[in-house]
Formats: sequence, structure tokens, C-alpha cells
Amino acid sequence: MDIFFQQVINGLVLGSVYALVALGYTMVYGILGLINFAHGEVVMVGAMVALATVAYLFGYFPEMNPIVMVLIAATTSVISCMVLSYFIERLAYRPLRKAPRLAPLITAIGISILLQNLAMIIWGRQYKTVPKIFSFETREFLGANITDLQIFIIVLSAILMTLLLLIVNYSKLGRAMRATSESQRIAGLLGVNINKIISFTFVIGAGLGAVAGILVAANYSVAHYSMGFMLGLKAFTAAVLGGIGNLGGAVLGGLLLGLIESIGAGYIGDITGGFLGSHYQDVFAFLVLIIVLVFRPTGIMGERISERA
Amino acid sequence: MSYLSVESLGVSYGAIKAARGVSLSIKEGETVALIGSNGAGKSSTLNAIAGLIGHTGKVGFDGIDMSSFPVHKRAAKGLALVPEGRGILGRLTVDENLRMGAYLRVDRKSIAVDLLRIYELFPRLRERRGQTGGTLSGGEQQMLAIGRALMASPKLLLLDEPSMGLAPLMVEKIFEVIREISSSGVTIFLVEQNARLALESSNRAYVMESGELTMEGDSQELLRSSKVRESYLGELNS
Repeated sequence: MDIFFQQVINGLVLGSVYALVALGYTMVYGILGLINFAHGEVVMVGAMVALATVAYLFGYFPEMNPIVMVLIAATTSVISCMVLSYFIERLAYRPLRKAPRLAPLITAIGISILLQNLAMIIWGRQYKTVPKIFSFETREFLGANITDLQIFIIVLSAILMTLLLLIVNYSKLGRAMRATSESQRIAGLLGVNINKIISFTFVIGAGLGAVAGILVAANYSVAHYSMGFMLGLKAFTAAVLGGIGNLGGAVLGGLLLGLIESIGAGYIGDITGGFLGSHYQDVFAFLVLIIVLVFRPTGIMGERISERA
Repeated sequence: MSYLSVESLGVSYGAIKAARGVSLSIKEGETVALIGSNGAGKSSTLNAIAGLIGHTGKVGFDGIDMSSFPVHKRAAKGLALVPEGRGILGRLTVDENLRMGAYLRVDRKSIAVDLLRIYELFPRLRERRGQTGGTLSGGEQQMLAIGRALMASPKLLLLDEPSMGLAPLMVEKIFEVIREISSSGVTIFLVEQNARLALESSNRAYVMESGELTMEGDSQELLRSSKVRESYLGELNS
């Protein structure tokens, strides 16, 4: 047993965050066939806005109830990211809807660089530490440590993902999203305003991303203008692993990737006789990406893509 | 008073003009057919009216100029197109496809009533309501496409080649349903390569040749016209 169960818990926490971000990638891909590389930066903006709001409230209203403070910060962050993402789609991607696929992809990378630099100008180059407004209990569970914050991350992510899956699979709006993802032409014929559905997809993805950004910042007690890059790439990997375009796949891929990374990092030292340490954690994600792309490019649950072509 | 009025409609794909100077009108409650050979521009005309493809000229419906409306707004005004190839959403179930047809309607009760009515009209669809659209046979898909269009409770039903690719018995069944819909008061504009079938099930008809309308008239009269008999009904002049 030793550290195994501990790494499983860490992996689930990490994986929950990957899954939330991966859903943003996969939803947009499902509807537009676009890999929205700016999504990682939206997640970063979510963390930064939440942090800035908490810092502001802490400075001006030090007596405020910390729960209220976090709620205000989270709401501000989620709404900011939704608005940001709405305008990214509206101004950068929509004019390119009929352009060759490479054009919006390059635009996405451009937006990503733009957002990173804007964040650096606004919030600075240094790492921002998250103020300690809560103290979390650490519990022992089957010989492993888990903090209340980690429990909260897993539970909140699970609730949000369940809600999303329920909306997509059982609501009228979700039906319209699936119809649009299958054929914009036919959905339009049936009276669906395609542009609204696409905007909605970006906005929901951004909301989940903002929550993920806040959770990551809270978990590591730190945020940085470049944090979205690696997180975005990992979540994208998770989406590909699960089968991009497939919501259940994004959840599964995220959790799996978190587990692989965490368990890999936990044992890499032992396996290589101490030659490689746990700071090689990032290697696992990209190893997984390469293996999936070579042996199963459609991902675990991604039969749908071959059908799409 | 015409319900649908199309004035000098033109459709082009690059340099190729698929339809030009198309002017036609349909009165409320009528069933009008558009016949012509393969590639005459019939589908282009129908798709342009539905707003699926860009066009020049004017499309007026129920007193409103819809020329600048995108496809979903035309649907909101009461147009429903059953496209060529049926346009079934293959990953949605039969039930979901039908419910998507009623996307613009808000009255849950009357939607439920109409859903039952469609299932009565096509018992096969009821049997397969939980299956995804992609698993249906061609005939079942055509039933689903028509059922889905009816779920919109359209003012004008546009049908593109409903007989295409179907076995004779299924064609019979589909046209039986079309006549039933027509007699229930829905205005229908029908594009069909099978000219005899189209003329037999319509009040009036237009004939299209290489992008232009060349004849129009009462369907019964066109059935008797020697030109139509020779070109579209496969009968030699005797």
C-alpha cells in the first residue's frame, strides 16, 4: 500500500480539475471542430480574477465572512470568464467560421498568447499566493491524508459534471446542442439559432474552466499568468485520451490522466532507482498523448469522430 | 392572395447558375408540385426558399418578405423543409428527432398530443422510438423526416424528393401520408422526380428545365399534356 492510496487521492483531485477543463475543450470541438487553445488561458484568467477579488475584499472589508468572500470572488471570476469567452468566440472565431480549419486554430494560439501577456501586464510576473482565509482540516482515510479542500474539489467537480451531462442529455437546450454538433444545417432547418448555441457552448465551457482555475489556485495556494498553458495542454490531452468531442470521455480522460500522472510521479523514483524524480510528473501526460495518438487516435470513447469524417 | 410568393429567385454555385428568374406562387391549402429532370434546379429552388442556401430575388411568405431571413427565422415563420437525403440526426433517437421538430414550439401539451399523432400515423416509428436515427432503414428515415417536419406544425411543408431511394411499396405509403397531410389543410410544395406520382398528388404544378420554369398549370391538365407525357412520363408520342 505505502503511498499508493495517497497518490490515488492526489490523482483524483488533479483529475477532477483536468476533467472540468477538458469539458470546455471537448464541447467546443464537438460543435465547431475547433481546438480552442485559448481555453487554458481562460482558466488562468478565472484563477487570477478570483484571487484579485479576494485580495481586494480582504483589503477593504477584512471583517467579511470568508465564505461570502469566496462566493463573491467565484461569481466574479465565473462571470468574467463567460464574458471573455463569449467575446473571443464572437470576435475571433465567428468571422472565421467558413475559413479553412487552420485559420481559427492559429487564431486560437494567438488569443492564447495575447491573454497571457495581458495577464502578465495586469497582474505582474511574480507568483501570486492565495491568502489563507480558510484553514482546512486534514483527515486520515485508509492510511492516506486528504484535506477538506481536496474533498471539496472532488465533490464540486462531480456535481458540476453531473449537471452538465444531465443538461446535455436530457434538456431541450442539450438536445439542440447535440443536434447542432451533428449537423448545423439540419439544426438550423429545425429552427435552432446556431450562433446562440455556439455562444452558449463557449460560455458554459468558460464557466467550468473558471471554477477549475479557482480550484487549482486554491489547491496549490498559488497562481501565475502562465499557469493556463500547461494546465490547458494537460486538459487537452485528457480530452483526446477520452475521445475528443465526447463529454463522458472528457470526464474519464481527465480522471485517468490525473491518476496516471500522480501514480507515475509517486513511483518514478523507485522504478528508475532515484535517477528521475517526481518533477518528471509532466512527462506522463505527454507520454499518454503520444501513445493515444499513435495507437488509438479516436480516444477511449471516441468512435464518433471516425463517423464524423 | 398567394401564401408563398417567389419572385425572380436565383441560385448560383460559383459560376454555375442552378436556378434563375424563378417566379412562382402558392395559395393557402394548395399542394403544388415542382417536377423536372435530374439537375434541373428543383432542389436548389426549394433549399433557397427554406433559407438553407443563399439566393437572389424575393421570397415572401404569409405577407412577410423573408428574403433576408436566415434559415432558423424562416422556420420560425412556419416553413418546414424535409430535405433531400432526409437530414435525420443519426446520433439522436427517433423520439429526440421528433422532439427537435417541435423545437420552436413552447406548448408542452400540444407537443405531446402531436407526438402521439405522429406515432399513430407511423406505428413503425413508435416501435423504434428509443433507437438512434442512424439505425433506421431508408423508408423509416423518410417517415421520421416527414414526422419531424409535422412536429413543427408548419404552415408550409416543403418536401424534397420524398420518393427517392425507396421501394415502391414504401413510396406508395409515403404518398398516402402526403395526401393525408394535404387534406388536413397543410399547404405543401413538393419537389419530385417521379412526375406521375407528383402530378397525381397535387393541385397544380410547375415544370423546371435547366434552372428555369418552363410550364405551369393544373396537375390534371399537365398529366394529359403531350409535352409532359413525352419528357417526364416516359411515354412516346403516338
